[in-house]
Amino acid sequence: MSEVVRIPLAAVRPPEPEPVVRLSGFSRHFGETRVLDDLDLAIAPGEFVALLGRSGSGKTTLLRTLAGLDGVEGQDVTVPSSRATVFQDARLLPWKRVWQNVALGVRNGAVRHHAEQALREVGLDHRLDAWPLTLSGGESQRASLARALIRQPKLLLLDEPFAALDALTRIKMHALVLALWRAHKPAVLLVTHDVEEAMALADRILVLDKGRIAAEERISAVRGERGSVIRALRAKLLGHLGLETDGGVYADLIGRER
Amino acid sequence: MRPASPPWRVRLSEARWISPIALLLLWELGSRTGIIPERTLAAPSSVLLTMAGMIRSGELPSNLFVSFWRALIGLSIGTTIGTVLGLAAGLSRQGDAVIDPVVQIKRTIPVVALSPLFIVWFGIGETPKIALIAFATIFPIYLNLYQGIRGVDVRLIDAARSFGLSRSEIIWHVILPGALPSLLTGFRYSLSIAVIMLVIAEQINASSGLGFLINNARDFMRTDIIVVCLMVYAILGLGGDLLVRAIEKRALAWRPSMVEARS
Repeated sequence: MSEVVRIPLAAVRPPEPEPVVRLSGFSRHFGETRVLDDLDLAIAPGEFVALLGRSGSGKTTLLRTLAGLDGVEGQDVTVPSSRATVFQDARLLPWKRVWQNVALGVRNGAVRHHAEQALREVGLDHRLDAWPLTLSGGESQRASLARALIRQPKLLLLDEPFAALDALTRIKMHALVLALWRAHKPAVLLVTHDVEEAMALADRILVLDKGRIAAEERISAVRGERGSVIRALRAKLLGHLGLETDGGVYADLIGRER
Repeated sequence: MRPASPPWRVRLSEARWISPIALLLLWELGSRTGIIPERTLAAPSSVLLTMAGMIRSGELPSNLFVSFWRALIGLSIGTTIGTVLGLAAGLSRQGDAVIDPVVQIKRTIPVVALSPLFIVWFGIGETPKIALIAFATIFPIYLNLYQGIRGVDVRLIDAARSFGLSRSEIIWHVILPGALPSLLTGFRYSLSIAVIMLVIAEQINASSGLGFLINNARDFMRTDIIVVCLMVYAILGLGGDLLVRAIEKRALAWRPSMVEARS
């Protein structure tokens, strides 16, 4: 006989908000291969989480699960229904004008008006009626962000959205994503293999390896004042990814003579 | 910046309208000097005169209308059936399993070879002619639409699904517009096949239409009338092509080639 002891939660720790995303013991197989293996993940409302991982670590599969593209087969998965994804290849429908792409599947009244607002927020309101194939890479991703924003998601999934952009455009897009996140406060899961990007943007960085969360680093330093912690953190993260470095500086890592 | 225009001698030697005109002139010359006898091939000038006469008498317009009508009805029926079959096979697994094997088997039989059967079934009136055109035009539409639907980028479908679009919304917003370029290609093929089938169908004991005019002219060795009818067939084909181009310009305005052409 076991006795249940009830302890008021508030007495043990300060109340934490219910996470918007929760996976516990989540697994996924493709034939013999275990892509995700007994994975636990929780993301708090408004939290900015970056997910690092090498190719084949299960990043894409995890993202597809969270985006609702793959079934969960009765496993314990909590994902908000209001979620939106920004893909690496913007995936705008080429036969719909930019604003129609943004408004895709939005059912409330003044759709064009909302689309225009969202596009203004990402700085693309001058391309409202443009065809997607005439947009540059950066513009496409802005439109893609607007398409996610208009849904007012509780969970924003970013699937390597900046990987295909040139370095300068990428910097602008990082700033834009942070601004949008601050304004709308969705929980964000940024999938990336760019350690710098993860360190600059996220509150918490997860490293996925062989279908499990292999490491977790929380960054307490405020964005914009992270210079002092970056170096050690980079070395640590690269270590989790299987790259041993002493100093954690890219140039030293590559240029070291043996 | 436009490069300086080349000297007229170069421009003339590169002009694409010169060889057809030269050929016409040679033809006219050959006819006038008697090298090309009238009963072999009428001179261009007499073809034009005959044409003017046939238009004035109403002979050409009335027969052209009959032929045009046959092609239009046949094409409409064929296009409709091809579209329905293509949608059913492209959009559903069961439809694919039922329809596609039958169509693939049918593809091995040339439609022209079916004309004796059609005559047995439908007699020699309007029905076999329209049926032949309709039947032949089903397949380019079907095949291209089917391929177009199957070829829609699955990443776009995934994106639409991730935004919570229902299956019917995905079909309407993603799959059908994505398959439209292929469908129009199929339609273009169907148009030219409709004209070919029109020619063949009208060889079947027609009492009106362009084919009837040609058959009659053959019996009287009126090569000028035959050439007039050939020209009209060509114009029908050209008109169909212009029609598809116009549709494409409107419906596929988003394509890079179209976008560049306007900017």
